Amino acid sequence: MKQLTVISGKGGTGKTSITAAFASIAENAVFADCDVDAADLHLILKPDIEKTERFNGLDIADIDKKRCIDCKKCYESCKFDAIDEKINLIKESCEGCGVCEYVCPVDAIKMVKRDSGVSYISITRFGPMAHAMLKTAEEASGKLVTVVRENAKKIAEREGKDLIIIDGPPGIGCPVIASLTGVDLVLVVTEPTLSAIHDLERIVSVAQHFEIPVVVCINKSTINLDNTKKIVEYCKKNNIEVVGKLPYDNAVTEAMVHEKTIVEYSKGDFSNIIKDMWSNIREKLKE
Amino acid sequence: MILSIASGKGGTGKTTVSTNLALSIDKCQFIDCDVEEPNANIFLKTKIDKTEDVTVSYPEIDKEKCDFCGKCSDFCAYNAIAVVPSDVLVFPELCHSCGGCELVCPKDAVNWHKRVIGEVEHGRTKNVDFYQGLLNIGEMQAIPVIKALKRKVDKSKDVIIYVPPGTSCPVIESIGSSDYCILVTEPTPFGLHDLKLAVEVVRHLDIPFGVIINRDGVGDNKVEIYCKKEDIPILMKIPQREKIANLYSKGIALADEVYEWHEMFGQVFSRIKEEVGK
Repeated sequence: MKQLTVISGKGGTGKTSITAAFASIAENAVFADCDVDAADLHLILKPDIEKTERFNGLDIADIDKKRCIDCKKCYESCKFDAIDEKINLIKESCEGCGVCEYVCPVDAIKMVKRDSGVSYISITRFGPMAHAMLKTAEEASGKLVTVVRENAKKIAEREGKDLIIIDGPPGIGCPVIASLTGVDLVLVVTEPTLSAIHDLERIVSVAQHFEIPVVVCINKSTINLDNTKKIVEYCKKNNIEVVGKLPYDNAVTEAMVHEKTIVEYSKGDFSNIIKDMWSNIREKLKE
Repeated sequence: MILSIASGKGGTGKTTVSTNLALSIDKCQFIDCDVEEPNANIFLKTKIDKTEDVTVSYPEIDKEKCDFCGKCSDFCAYNAIAVVPSDVLVFPELCHSCGGCELVCPKDAVNWHKRVIGEVEHGRTKNVDFYQGLLNIGEMQAIPVIKALKRKVDKSKDVIIYVPPGTSCPVIESIGSSDYCILVTEPTPFGLHDLKLAVEVVRHLDIPFGVIINRDGVGDNKVEIYCKKEDIPILMKIPQREKIANLYSKGIALADEVYEWHEMFGQVFSRIKEEVGK
């Protein structure tokens, strides 16, 4: 079984629209939305949820004020400033380490499970999908990404699917690393803006740091041809293949408004380039 | 006043809004909390004159003292320590520096070391006192870098904080203690979906907020209908124009190029300041 992660560094370059387009042409694949704190792939793939599971991220401290003797040991020991001087918990800051529970001399603090979100296993018109929703203001998005990827793997094994297509989150930190470790290929979707070029270089370094092969797709390539050329040169210099140059096309947004993938919505150039790009990537994954 | 610029969805125009605001007012401090992919300085063009390392602590186990009892590894909520019959392995990049292993160790075998996970950079122009953070490649934890940046906030000044995309811990850390938050969105289904999540976050934190719609004219009008229904003020609409997209692609701020935009962003800022002052 092969795994492909679509990623970008910078947000809004078109990861999800392109992942959805791949979903509509890929054969025998499972889809995984690993952008768990602002998931959007379901808006196009319209999954029917078959199984929902609670997700508990890191534990959280629960302080029993009736038992508390105000010794302030927890306040002094917490490295995350998650307990204030009046011994109130600041929920958003608690990282669930358990030090406060350990130092409390009167057992007034218990570490309890935190309701951090849900993971879903679903079916879409193109095949099965694993996704999730992290509650807003929660920690541990990397851990939830891992749950989604494990779910996708289980479905793939059960149903004999030979490919997992992963829609990754923006950035380069914890959830991104959780989305790309151990995959066979990373597709970086970039655009010809100075911001995206800067971010491209950082995300490519992350993939290389984890020794994962990278290919690049330049979306909205027509909005600045000089910058598109710069990206092509950068890729050439770093021995990275540019697998596709997509034009700026308002049909992408129109397709989104109609809750369709661009390939379903339009028979134009954009869809044709996507198809070519996909067969190229499919070949790469066979290597 | 501390004003933060957030979005939920990435790529909606936070950089456009935050840098143009900074360039349209007299003086401000600008803090780019997107330590994973910082972009604001491409537009602000300050010259970096100072760099500080951001370090975190991680344990090193003194194997002379350690009797491999495994208590540290059992305690560690982050799987950063593994104990096998005659060895202890520490995974520094998983460690949250909580200090638990040291507390539970019966042999006093835990020593602390520091390692660099990123840096905080400072730059300055005539009007903007600028800070940005950079998380090193391969590092997982953005929070310590964001915390180091937030310590630079000078409450006596007008402060603009650029908040990374998403709705989880880095966003909360960046946005906390703001007096007002601008949520930047685009009029598309993805934009609306993620705007709703961002609204949940600012409401949860009890921070007053308003919306700026970028790329107005693409997509549909559901963002406006939503804002109206929820009684959320729309502070500004930035139209979808090839010229605006092209300036952005070259790293040129609208307010530096077109005086009308300089005025409009200035007015948005004054309006917010007035509301916060009430």
